[in-house]
Amino acid sequence: MTTTATATPARPMIAGRALIWIGFAALLVILPLLFRSSLALTMLSQMGYLVIICLSYNMLLGQGGMLSFGHAVYTGMGAFIAVHAMNLATKGTIPLPLVVVPLVGGAAGMFFAALLGYVTTKKSGTTFAMITLGIGELVAAMSLMFPSFFGGEGGVTTNRTYGHPFLGLTFGSQLQVYYLIATYCFISTGLMYAFTGTPLGRMLNAVRDNPERVEFVGYNTQWVRYISFVIAGFFAGIGGALAAINFEIVNASDSLSAVRSGGYLLFTFLGGATFFFGPIIGAVLLVFASVMLSELTKAWLLYLGLAFLLMVMFAPGGIASLIMMNLRVAKFGKLGRLLGVYVMLALASAVLFLGIAAVIEMVYHLQLSDSLGATVHFLGFSFDAKSPTSWMAAAAVTAVGAVLFTLARRRFARRWSDVQGEIEAMLAQEAGA
Amino acid sequence: MEFFTISMLNGLSYGLLLFMLSSGLTLIFSMMGVLNFAHTSFYMLGAYFAYSISSVIGFWPALVIAPLVVAVLGALFERHCLRRVHKFGHVPELLVTFGLSYLILELVRLVWGNATVPYGLPEQLQGPLFSLYGTQFPKSRSFIMLVALLMLLSIWLLLTRTRIGLVIQAALTHPETVEALGHNVPRVFMLVFGGGAALAALAGVIGGNTYVTEPAMAGAVGSIVFVVVVVGGMGSLAGAFLASLLIGVLQTFAVAIDQSLATLLSAIGVAVTDQTIGHELLQLSVAQVAPILPYLLLVLILIFRPRGLLGKREG
Repeated sequence: MTTTATATPARPMIAGRALIWIGFAALLVILPLLFRSSLALTMLSQMGYLVIICLSYNMLLGQGGMLSFGHAVYTGMGAFIAVHAMNLATKGTIPLPLVVVPLVGGAAGMFFAALLGYVTTKKSGTTFAMITLGIGELVAAMSLMFPSFFGGEGGVTTNRTYGHPFLGLTFGSQLQVYYLIATYCFISTGLMYAFTGTPLGRMLNAVRDNPERVEFVGYNTQWVRYISFVIAGFFAGIGGALAAINFEIVNASDSLSAVRSGGYLLFTFLGGATFFFGPIIGAVLLVFASVMLSELTKAWLLYLGLAFLLMVMFAPGGIASLIMMNLRVAKFGKLGRLLGVYVMLALASAVLFLGIAAVIEMVYHLQLSDSLGATVHFLGFSFDAKSPTSWMAAAAVTAVGAVLFTLARRRFARRWSDVQGEIEAMLAQEAGA
Repeated sequence: MEFFTISMLNGLSYGLLLFMLSSGLTLIFSMMGVLNFAHTSFYMLGAYFAYSISSVIGFWPALVIAPLVVAVLGALFERHCLRRVHKFGHVPELLVTFGLSYLILELVRLVWGNATVPYGLPEQLQGPLFSLYGTQFPKSRSFIMLVALLMLLSIWLLLTRTRIGLVIQAALTHPETVEALGHNVPRVFMLVFGGGAALAALAGVIGGNTYVTEPAMAGAVGSIVFVVVVVGGMGSLAGAFLASLLIGVLQTFAVAIDQSLATLLSAIGVAVTDQTIGHELLQLSVAQVAPILPYLLLVLILIFRPRGLLGKREG
């Protein structure tokens, strides 16, 4: 097994990659045929453009080490320009088929990234983060001053079904819009992946890891950051324009806001900033969280914040890194040994989560929807938020969960390090032989 | 003259409040290299704690207790969360404080609700302190100025005249050496973080009842404080002081001026109508532009003096 893997390293890699890309394309095509409900289609469309946006964000965060708090500026400006372009095309002022509108949005995102990025990329690291926050606030506040362009409180609306049908497509139905988004999603993802392999993409990684050495080699770190920022702005603009096509409305107080930027950051990180495909997971999660989780519980932002905090503290590589670590274990055929402790860990954390969630839900209920009566409905359970019994029960479940979790976590940590040690030993042996 | 004096005093009191926030942020930043994104969340917590405490035992005990409670919370956060991610680098540190700010906002909503809480001034601070040309200057604002100046003085004395202050200063530049001399540098970090949180909370206690206490208060002042820190120069306490006053005064004056470029143009004989090119821009009054002035200042500073007003030149 080991000999075949080591003897021909290059070709299976290429074949494997091609397989992954073909699989990705097939998935994009097949998904709306599998999930036919209109809710599923809406969610899939949102995922499509959010994948582009999160990947473009990760170009800054993961590949460039630039923590931006103002990414919504570029998606939002892309969306606004796209909407105005569509409205002009509807009036017949400019000939512009809908299929190229995302490119217009991309150009807009690129333009604003080139304009504002000159200031932001002057610095890196922490200062960069603060400046992007300031610029984001600047643009958000400005949008309220120019209601004729940004549409004030109500936003700007548009209609995507203008002009002659393009190859018989009118983009009236959500399915056609989905395929437009999916096409852009596939191409953008491919281009952004290709970017990671270009000399510029490599230099960007170097600037992230050791800017001083990059300066010594003779590169201008600020210039590398700036160009990458502009490219990221381009893809962000495409994503924003697709969002505008999808919803046919853009609202400045929503799409340019710091909350939106924070959301991109949060989910890109949750998905995993250290791997290229991490933000894709993040985008999918973002849609699930904002559509489904927000239906399930009012406290979803609290759970999200907790999940984020735990992720930063215990798994800074995000979900993608967790997957990759387990794949590595599986590759060495040791996943079976972890199965038992995984089940234990899952059960213990389920108990702990149930206890904490019951407390949170009851507090939320008392605080926000007291008028609806004292009964809380949550995950199929119903309990009285005002009776001391349910509080005591919740506290007891939490305490039991905490004890179980601590025990399970210890065993898991021990077993995990054992397995890692064995893998290291196998690798060392292989290298020796 | 009357307008100028009152606006100046209002601007100075707002600027000093900003300084109370930015000083803690700057101290933490220059010491640990951590940009505490949750700093203004501590400010908000201070205001809310003070509101709850003062409804039980009055404002004056709350003035002391609320910052202490927040200091303990801040120190606990440093000890259990921030220290854990320290080894991953500065960006994860920033992210963990970002997560905390998210969490505090949700918890505040959870405990105190979404609406503004009626956190009022105590009797001793109500009413005007003096009136000038017929306009009154409220006691509460002068109290902010007093507390901020006292705080400035005590920080300065603490950092330059006491033993712990000298250890802190030494740990800023040479943490390894200080550690080798037998001081517990991580504990010093924890104390500084807790102290910074307490300063923010103190600002919240006195700012919360002078202005408003609501869940949005952290976000509203948060980005301004970051602007202050960048404009003043990262890690420079004196720069933060200067920038706080500058921005405080700038914003207070701008809000009060109801003039626009159009009125200026019509004063020199050029009429601006709805047909004029760019009339939207010309007709914006200075008061309308006020919210973006700090950010415009940020952009200008970054273009013309990237290290900030009093910052050191960096790499």
